Amino acid sequence: MTIRNMIEALNDAHHVMMERDENVVVMGEDAGYFGGVFRVTAGLQKKFGKQRVFDTPISENGIMATAIGMATYGLRPVAEIQFADYIYPGFDQIVSEAAKIRYRTAGEWFVPMVIRSPYGGGIFGGQTHSQSPEALFAHVAGLKVVIPSNPHDAKGLLIAAIEDDDPVVFFEPKRIYNGPFDGFFDRPVTPWSKHPDAEVPDGHYAVPIGKARIVREGPELTILAYGTMVHVALAAAEAAGVDAEVIDLRTIVPVDIETIEESVKKTGRCVVVHEATRTSGFGAELAALVQERCFYHLEAPVVRATGWDTPYPHSLEWAYFPGPVRLGNAFKKALED
Amino acid sequence: FFSISGNLATQVPQAVGWAMASAIKGDSRIAAAWIGDGSTAEGDFHAACTFAGVYRAPVILNVVNNQWAISSFSGIAGGQLTTFAARAIGYGIPGLRVDGNDPLAVYAATQWAADRARHNLGPTLIEMFTYRKEGHSTSDDPTGYRPKEAGSKWPLGDPIDRLRQHLVALGEWDDTRQAEMDEAIDGEVLAAQKESRQQGVLRAATIDFPQDVRTMFDDVYAELPWHLREQQAEMVAELDTKLGKGGR
Repeated sequence: MTIRNMIEALNDAHHVMMERDENVVVMGEDAGYFGGVFRVTAGLQKKFGKQRVFDTPISENGIMATAIGMATYGLRPVAEIQFADYIYPGFDQIVSEAAKIRYRTAGEWFVPMVIRSPYGGGIFGGQTHSQSPEALFAHVAGLKVVIPSNPHDAKGLLIAAIEDDDPVVFFEPKRIYNGPFDGFFDRPVTPWSKHPDAEVPDGHYAVPIGKARIVREGPELTILAYGTMVHVALAAAEAAGVDAEVIDLRTIVPVDIETIEESVKKTGRCVVVHEATRTSGFGAELAALVQERCFYHLEAPVVRATGWDTPYPHSLEWAYFPGPVRLGNAFKKALED
Repeated sequence: FFSISGNLATQVPQAVGWAMASAIKGDSRIAAAWIGDGSTAEGDFHAACTFAGVYRAPVILNVVNNQWAISSFSGIAGGQLTTFAARAIGYGIPGLRVDGNDPLAVYAATQWAADRARHNLGPTLIEMFTYRKEGHSTSDDPTGYRPKEAGSKWPLGDPIDRLRQHLVALGEWDDTRQAEMDEAIDGEVLAAQKESRQQGVLRAATIDFPQDVRTMFDDVYAELPWHLREQQAEMVAELDTKLGKGGR
């Protein structure tokens, strides 16, 4: 067991899997020699060599395409997209190829790759370094979409993603790479070292894909969240004095519907939170699922607390980011009779 | 000047399109785009060169080869196999390779390309051969991937200094006027910095917004649709709650 921040946990997942399976290869812009702009792949090239850990040209299109080719050959590529905002040139390969090859070849070919990418805001990254595009991928049959909220889960989920025979889009909430963020931007930043979820087992372990985690049990209200928003939800609920059940989805596709249903049937009220834009964000899917399956248990409509429908602003970061006020308002609405 | 994005190379085929529009309208204006060596690996660069050649677009495509793309040297974009200027040949357009630190050479090459475009002879690719002395950004420490002295060892010097020396040698300039100009420009920059600070400083730990927060919803669309109007009102109400002063 070692205390690790999210970057170290992710780095460790790479080390563990590369040692365990010689077919795992790592590629990305600045990911080889330099170890990645966030240092997630640091030390790997030195240890495993340039054949298995290498720098790519600046071509998300090319990175995705060649990774898909490698995966169909029999390797397990872990391909980095430096910022989720840059994923779009690779979108065709991900959606038209990675997601569909198993289906259109009746399983003769399949794509066991991981596409990992830092995503999300709260960092004054502006329009081009803050986006949360997870809904775009959730909408595509054939892809799995995984988002950890802490170092323990980050390592375990990345290991599970690498071992998964389906293409997994793995979004890493960059705001919480070094420490959790509870949405109170005027409080001092705390590192992961003080947090229980920074205790990361050494060696191999997996956190199952498709299984959510109840981070906090409570009778009043179910909050569905992932990534940075898990921490924001916990803090906002405490600040609002709401005895909430906070669920960290961890995987959004395939989502853990059992855990969600059981919770909402217990509390009768549900708030969904995400940083991404509101219209057709993943919250829309969650709201649909909850009302389909729990309608007669609901005391109030499902409420969404999300980012606004604008490109991500820069100087207005804290007016955009769904913080304690927006979440508090959502809780109030959901708790109305 | 047109806007670029964080996604690299997007502006290059856009410049080609703008130039195509100018040609369609019988306009005399031309377009020019700049891209880094590393970014030429993006698919958009290929699209730009293809369209530029096929449509004989009045555009100048500048590849600023400063040898580095964050930690990736130009070889990772294929710069060891051939020059970036030579790629033009593959697309059937002329390519020039210029000492990017020689302002007069850059001017001459650009003039040639501009005249070519204006005479409806089509696009030109110009590789500006130069060096990235500093890091990629203030978040980057280049000693992580290149020798510390690399920046100071570039044999083609500094463009501003070279121009200054040239003008002095010609008798068109002198050190006294240089010193005066340095002081004047420093003063201008510092004054602008001071003035901008008075308009508000971005601070991560406060919500003292430097502008009216409602502007977040400006220019998403030409007209504000219902759902954005609703969200804008929600946002304002949220900030009223928090600040008690309207967040403006």
